[in-house]
Amino acid sequence: MALLEVQNLGITFGGLRAVDDFSFSIEKGQLYGLIGPNGAGKTTVFNMLTGVYKPTSGSFTLDGENLTGRAPIEINRKGIARTFQNIRLFKELSVIDNVKVGLHNQKKYTIAEGILRLPRFFKEERELDEKAMELLEVFDLGAERDTLASNLPYGKQRKLEIARALATNPKLLLLDEPAAGMNPNETAELMDTIRFVRDKFDMTILLIEHDMKLVSGICEEVSVLNFGQELAHGVTAEVLNDPKVITAYLGE
Amino acid sequence: MKKKVTKNILSACIVLAVYLVIFALVQLGVLSRHYQSLLVPIGINIILAVSLNLTVGFLGELTLGHAGFMSVGAYAGCLFSIYCDLPVAIEFPLSLIIGGLTAAIFGIIIGIPALRLKGDYLAIVTLAFGEIIRAVITNLDFLGGAGGLKGIDKYSSTTSAFTTVFIVLVITVLVIKNLVNSRHGRAICSIRDNVIAAESVGINVVFYKLLAFVTAAFFAGAAGVLYGHNLGILKPGTFDFNKSIEILVIVVLGGMGSITGSIISAIVITLLPEVLRGLDDYRLLIYSVVLIAMMLLNNNPKFNEFKEKIKPKKKGGKTVKDDAAQSADGEVE
Repeated sequence: MALLEVQNLGITFGGLRAVDDFSFSIEKGQLYGLIGPNGAGKTTVFNMLTGVYKPTSGSFTLDGENLTGRAPIEINRKGIARTFQNIRLFKELSVIDNVKVGLHNQKKYTIAEGILRLPRFFKEERELDEKAMELLEVFDLGAERDTLASNLPYGKQRKLEIARALATNPKLLLLDEPAAGMNPNETAELMDTIRFVRDKFDMTILLIEHDMKLVSGICEEVSVLNFGQELAHGVTAEVLNDPKVITAYLGE
Repeated sequence: MKKKVTKNILSACIVLAVYLVIFALVQLGVLSRHYQSLLVPIGINIILAVSLNLTVGFLGELTLGHAGFMSVGAYAGCLFSIYCDLPVAIEFPLSLIIGGLTAAIFGIIIGIPALRLKGDYLAIVTLAFGEIIRAVITNLDFLGGAGGLKGIDKYSSTTSAFTTVFIVLVITVLVIKNLVNSRHGRAICSIRDNVIAAESVGINVVFYKLLAFVTAAFFAGAAGVLYGHNLGILKPGTFDFNKSIEILVIVVLGGMGSITGSIISAIVITLLPEVLRGLDDYRLLIYSVVLIAMMLLNNNPKFNEFKEKIKPKKKGGKTVKDDAAQSADGEVE
């Protein structure tokens, strides 16, 4: 059974049908791409899969469990984590605290234990520190642990966002334009990181991207959205050579 | 581990030293009667400012109803101590807790609908709440109405008043500091920095907003009880929105999200009008000018650089927990 099964998903804003009858499925461990011209509805799909928007039609299941229309926190706890197109870090918190917020729900000490500084507080905070550092090391951010997130260079902010999403221990990771604003070298490095994350954490990844080199480089399958509707889907190389897809991107 | 313990002992020593110095000054008569009478208001303002900083500075929501919570707590706690005949050692802490809890319950009642709002809207709703409370109290006879609630037991002496306020103050600072430096505090700060991202990593935004709001209300209520026992009378007029604004000024001046800043600024703002008393007619004018000057200075990058320089440097290898575990006088940022 597929990890993520999306069936006839659709959403309407007033009179605008932003996404219409969109279906796809992702197997466990797959790297799946979601591409399409600007305004095609890609981020809207992400917003529905993470509970920011409630779909007006259709449904999606994660590991067989129907999560359609659930609240964002619940969907996150069930195992979908994401990054954002316009980076959304906790800017006034340090790098390590950003990751520790991601780890929040994996520790159980209560408010009273925190205020009274009981032993469980120290034990679990130590574990949090260790786990957060492990994640930061994966993304080469260990040296910046005490830097404010807003003071990181752009590329590292993107990495930190991925680290924070991974901290919530998801089954499925959604990356919204991870390579936006990066130069070719950074993009190449990012591709390695994404592959590494998939292998190390045994992660399933769905990503939105405009950089075709990145998409053809790492995605095994892609779906193409245009004006809210599916234009094509299948193995990356084939889809990218589909005349319909080329027309949608470049015009007649 | 060892470093953390020494640091805690050091902080405790500093707190104790501050207490003993002020105690000695009072006993030796170095402080004039006038300044002695300011010790309790300063302490109360510190409690109010530090607790308001939790919502304004750490949660990032602008609320203007802090005086409202203070009055609810003051009336509840003082009524209890008027009608209750227990030994002071039991009765007073109980009245503090009752005042705090009543304010916290009002915090929940106001918070659940109001915290759906953001920014200016929340500020105005909380402002309205404060005014409603005042109007209701003025019209309730059993609370003394506009004439005020009289016959509240006063502290037996200046030193006992000061000691009581100091203990409550230390507890307040410790609780809020420890809360902020825990996973729950990080959740509160994450909401301030980005609500959408906080939700996306599974933070229960409604719960943590309410937690910060209610905790702040609790301590405002306790501060109200201290206030009532200091004067022996409660007048609803004291808790108007000017009081809320005054506390907000303290928080903004001390720096959003800085507990040490709130403490220092509460001392300065409470003392300032009194120090200027000799200047009669010009007093309010100078007070306002000094406020403007301090705000400008606080926003000056050069001055902030200077502040960074004189601040003790953070050591590289230490863990966050060292920071978290120290007590009242440390810096939270």
